[in-house]
Amino acid sequence: MDRSSIVERALRAVLLTLIVIFFLFPIVWILLMSFQSNEQILRIPPSLSFVPTLDNYRALISGHLLTSAGSLDIAFMRNLGNSVLLSTCAVTLALVLGVPAAYAFARFKFWLSEDIAFTLLSFRFAPPLLVLLPLSLYFQDLGLVDTYVGLIWVYQLIALPLILWIVRGYFEDISPDIENAYRIAGHSWLCTFFKIAVPLAGPGIAAAGLLSFIFCWNNFVFALILASADKQPVTVGALAFVTASGIQYGQVAAAIVLSVTPTLLLALYAQRWLVEGLSLGAVKG
Amino acid sequence: MAQIEIRNLHKSFKDDNILKGVSLGIDKGEIVTLFGPSGTGKTVLLRLIAGIYPPDAGTIGLRGRDAAGSPPDKRGIGMAFQNFALFPHMTARDNIASALTARKTKPGEIACKVEAVAQLLKIGHVLGHTPRELSNGQKQRTALARALVADPDILLLDDPLRNVDAKLRYEMRLELPALLKRAGSTVVYVTQDFKEAMALGDRVAVLLDGRIAQCDTPSRIYAEPASVGVARLFGDPTLNLVEVEPRMVDNAAEIQVGGATIRLPAGYAATAGGSYLLGLRPESLRLIDGPAPGAIAVDLVAVTPLNEKSVLLVTMQGGEELLASEAGERDVPRRTGPGHLAPDLDAVLLFERSSGRRFIPAESGGGGL
Repeated sequence: MDRSSIVERALRAVLLTLIVIFFLFPIVWILLMSFQSNEQILRIPPSLSFVPTLDNYRALISGHLLTSAGSLDIAFMRNLGNSVLLSTCAVTLALVLGVPAAYAFARFKFWLSEDIAFTLLSFRFAPPLLVLLPLSLYFQDLGLVDTYVGLIWVYQLIALPLILWIVRGYFEDISPDIENAYRIAGHSWLCTFFKIAVPLAGPGIAAAGLLSFIFCWNNFVFALILASADKQPVTVGALAFVTASGIQYGQVAAAIVLSVTPTLLLALYAQRWLVEGLSLGAVKG
Repeated sequence: MAQIEIRNLHKSFKDDNILKGVSLGIDKGEIVTLFGPSGTGKTVLLRLIAGIYPPDAGTIGLRGRDAAGSPPDKRGIGMAFQNFALFPHMTARDNIASALTARKTKPGEIACKVEAVAQLLKIGHVLGHTPRELSNGQKQRTALARALVADPDILLLDDPLRNVDAKLRYEMRLELPALLKRAGSTVVYVTQDFKEAMALGDRVAVLLDGRIAQCDTPSRIYAEPASVGVARLFGDPTLNLVEVEPRMVDNAAEIQVGGATIRLPAGYAATAGGSYLLGLRPESLRLIDGPAPGAIAVDLVAVTPLNEKSVLLVTMQGGEELLASEAGERDVPRRTGPGHLAPDLDAVLLFERSSGRRFIPAESGGGGL
């Protein structure tokens, strides 16, 4: 319309650019670092021009880390596999348990229902370090230390409350009449849950699943304490790059790139589910 | 045995007493419209019949059997919701078919029945659309089709015309009776519109203050309302109420209305000495030119022409207002100013002031004292 709107638009563009740079620069920098050797990364002054090398990726994938002090075996690919396994299993289990529970909390008012729901949420308040010591003692007694089952179980502390509370909100947004109509049409309670409630809460379930997957993937401290090298995920495995002969920045960067890729792809794939509207105009508002 | 037998039904939500002892029997194949002002629990009653809510007390019998504890999917009922409640992730076809899939009907037969009911309701061309892509009228017809498709012997319709535009509402009001009769189901139809209630129902059940105030044929509800509350709900404009105290004069009850003395018909002799509300339907008041015995002197204040009739606002001596309506064949609009109103004594209604109940005049003339 007039000048002020142009100024406003320019200002907005500048601000957006700054924000994008702020968030994306580290990722770009890491991507660049992953193609450089340690010497190139650490040279002074730093320079953007370098001869790209795939040595870092080669070292990660082959599992042999060559440093100035000698060769070192690292289990990065195994760690990556562990991450995928642990996060996938933890989120699947949390969905299986959490979605029906969320439905129950959304639809039925039963004795102590609010208290139980809040208690589950409060697991998210507690700092992990607070529960880790008693937890590791219990796990030793139960023989769950250094097992996948044990880690997946502990990961429920992260995933279950998240799924429960997000999905509950989505269930509450579905008009009960839609479910009532399906019941009256002659379908059982279970059928109604799977054919009506779950598909309609689909975007919410996808969002909650994705979010808890990322949180599980990023978890560090549970796996550090409760698992040994062959069960540890990438977050803990990256510690191996802090070697006696210095920090292997090139490999760390390559490891980060590799470990970010699965969650990034998952997020991009799930995006369309997240955007899709919830109630598709069935109930007249 | 009645198809639907409701006995002394109670339901409250938290501290809110919605139904306080509803009893109602509905015969097989009968269409009963459930009518009442908003918030009286019409929808709640319908949902209790459908089994969506459990009653606090009382029983619901369906087809001669107590329905207590039977879940909604086992009651064999068709229901259309006021807000349509279509399944947003399914096409109109799947929405309608949902009532058949649970009954283990063969796929070919399902397609056949869906097609037939869609043709009947004129939505055959939009069966592939999702609810989002349907107009309000189409949504409403889809919801109706879903309720009808399985030929349920009990059909519950919760104000299905509430959310559609006026033109479609008229159209559907004309189509529905034939449609419902054709289905041969026992129908409970909830509505907030007294015209709809009277047009569609074999009987009208009036729900007032959590109880059935009256359940009768539309014409009797209008001519012989059980109470002043019921009488007020029917009629446009609503009936006039004047406080009167009948006195016995020459073996007949006489009342004073706006300075005029009106002799009530013989059956009303027993009202003498009591305190009553006189109910005058606007169409039973006739504006006449000159004074006549029993005619009330009034001042005509305003005339609202409504094509098929005119509504007249008049004031009596003392400033009390009355509404009269007359069939509007006149081309010349009435002039405002003084005039006389002659009430039709056969259409007179008297309600006890304390209880609101209608006084039922004695059958034979000259009874009473």
